[in-house]
Amino acid sequence: MKILLDSGSGGRASQRLISDVFLRHFDNSILRRMDDAAIFSLQGSVAMSTDGYTVTPLFFPGGSIGTLAVHGTVNDVSMMGARPRYLSCGFIIEEGLEFEILEQVVADMASAANKAGVDIVTGDTKVVPRGACDKMFITTAGVGEVLTDPAPSGHAARPGDAVIVSGAMGDHGLTVMAGRDGLSFAADVASDSAPLNCMVERLLLEVGDIHVLRDPTRGGLATTLNEIVEQSGVGCRIEEAAVPVHDSVRAGCDVLGLDPLYLANEGKLICILPREKAQAALEVMQSCEFGAEAAIIGEILDTGKSRVELRTLMGGTRLLSMLEGAQLPRIC
Amino acid sequence: MDISSSFHDPALCRALLDRLTLEIEELGRPVRFMEVCGTHTVSIFRSGLRSLLPEGLEHLSGPGCPVCVTHDSEVDVFIRAAEKPDVIVTTFGDLLRVPGPDGRSLKHAMAEGARVQVVYSPLDAVKIAAEHPNDTVVFPSVGFETTAPVFAGALMTARKMGLSNFCIIPCNKLVPPAMRALLSGEGGTAGKVDAFLLPGHVAVVLGLAPFAFLAEEFGRPAVVGGFEPADILSALCLMIEMLRRGKPEVRNTYTRAVSREGSPQARRIMDMVFRVTDARWRGLGNIPDSGLALREEWKQYDALERLGLALGESGHIPGCRCGDILRGALTPDKCPLFGRTCTPQNPTGPCMVSTEGSCAAWYRYRGV
Repeated sequence: MKILLDSGSGGRASQRLISDVFLRHFDNSILRRMDDAAIFSLQGSVAMSTDGYTVTPLFFPGGSIGTLAVHGTVNDVSMMGARPRYLSCGFIIEEGLEFEILEQVVADMASAANKAGVDIVTGDTKVVPRGACDKMFITTAGVGEVLTDPAPSGHAARPGDAVIVSGAMGDHGLTVMAGRDGLSFAADVASDSAPLNCMVERLLLEVGDIHVLRDPTRGGLATTLNEIVEQSGVGCRIEEAAVPVHDSVRAGCDVLGLDPLYLANEGKLICILPREKAQAALEVMQSCEFGAEAAIIGEILDTGKSRVELRTLMGGTRLLSMLEGAQLPRIC
Repeated sequence: MDISSSFHDPALCRALLDRLTLEIEELGRPVRFMEVCGTHTVSIFRSGLRSLLPEGLEHLSGPGCPVCVTHDSEVDVFIRAAEKPDVIVTTFGDLLRVPGPDGRSLKHAMAEGARVQVVYSPLDAVKIAAEHPNDTVVFPSVGFETTAPVFAGALMTARKMGLSNFCIIPCNKLVPPAMRALLSGEGGTAGKVDAFLLPGHVAVVLGLAPFAFLAEEFGRPAVVGGFEPADILSALCLMIEMLRRGKPEVRNTYTRAVSREGSPQARRIMDMVFRVTDARWRGLGNIPDSGLALREEWKQYDALERLGLALGESGHIPGCRCGDILRGALTPDKCPLFGRTCTPQNPTGPCMVSTEGSCAAWYRYRGV
């Protein structure tokens, strides 16, 4: 069965779509009221974030546009030191999309939300003519209660801090590229799409004094680190040998002329905190479901220049700079 | 699993660096070497090797990035082809950002509605042609001896499949004639470069013989090297040793991929489809016998003829010193445009347009 323009018209066809799909999968007491807006209470300062999700293919090893739409926003709220509570979601659907595809995406979102402990409490659906969007776009917004004061921030990295990542870099970026372009050599890679709120909450409450939390999504580790050093006015040195990268990702990147440090991650975070707390933070991260491969990868320096320096595997040094745009596969 | 990892081994690299330092000390004079392969350029910067080279050993990047040396008049016809109705241009990704004479690239054309698809192999483009029988699928055939046999193979496949809607814009260039032109030309590299690190990928096809003139006629030692740090270091050691002994030769340290005679089969396929012709190199100008055109019996696959397009004239870019950089007369940071008006976002010259260009690598890995 295909979704027609009628399903976004606001009439009975829209209502059927809402009750048969969205309400059935997202079911919670706030959404069930079917009012124009959700009403809920939160305590203290609130962190809010929004993001749009467009990905081809819609489904890939390790996740889907649905898991990304939940994890991405849950993680963005978490990075502010907040406990994510509620999400909204908006769907832009291209007419002619198979109903089963929408239902699978919605089921993925529901299960991701359930696992992350958040409720999807309000939403919207539009169906647009063929060609006006690529199958399906999703936007989600999320709110959460800030757990610490001051909240972690990209401006708070200080010389002497340690830089920790919660796991291997580049899995998601290479997986999506491989799925989009049918790259058979990258068969054994899978997206890391995962919620990080549980890890963040434990870091804040069990370790504390977390200066920076960031999820290195688009642009990868290199881009995110450059953003942080610019915001904080500090330098940074990363040990290439310490940065976890799966062999399959490294091999795929070698073939395509890509650098895993610039590939997107969807279930990893960068944690920057005082050096003396690094070991405790590492242990907490490694004991979390999505942090087994966490590693201390470098330190924040007082270099006078907001640059990220990489000490390479062979012991040389070079700049780890921000790229102008997406990485493009090379000729030979 | 990762065969290349041992060539990253820090202890091995350290030992090779020590040997290289000793060789340079024994030679007793500074050496400038040039690599002519974009993959070498990036590897030398990215691995941090450049920061570890012993004092007295200077690294220069030559014209070895196939995207960079694609002439702006060639990029111009790629864009004009893409703008034609019922045409799909298929290309390797790194060509998308390369500007034509008016600063527009295939990316700009895409934003204005041109159909451009990134593929990983010319065979993917043949597949697209089969799937779109009512469109003409055009592949800009860019690259050196490395990609030419692959394009030739794609055309053979298209002919075998009876596809009449697949064609290429032949722009392949040949490395040895360009190196000869560099060494012989006015203001050439002859006085500036002591030795060459030869491109491993190109040598896989060509073998060593086409490079023999470097040693025989110009007295320059040249070594085919692999792309991992230890590969490059061992090639450099051999290069300095030859200088020290005063016995320049063309040698091969990339023996796990390159044989002395190269790949006769790849050359045969290339020769069946292409013939040698003059070519325009961005930053270097016209070089005789340095490019490939389609042979008469393959002319029907020439997109320029089919679409009624021709290479236009284009002038030198004012202020751009890429020609000097490719000849080894200047390092990127000495160019007055570098990092000011010429950046990866808005490249003025060829060395900045591709990630494998010498200016782009300098910008990315060393900063402004």
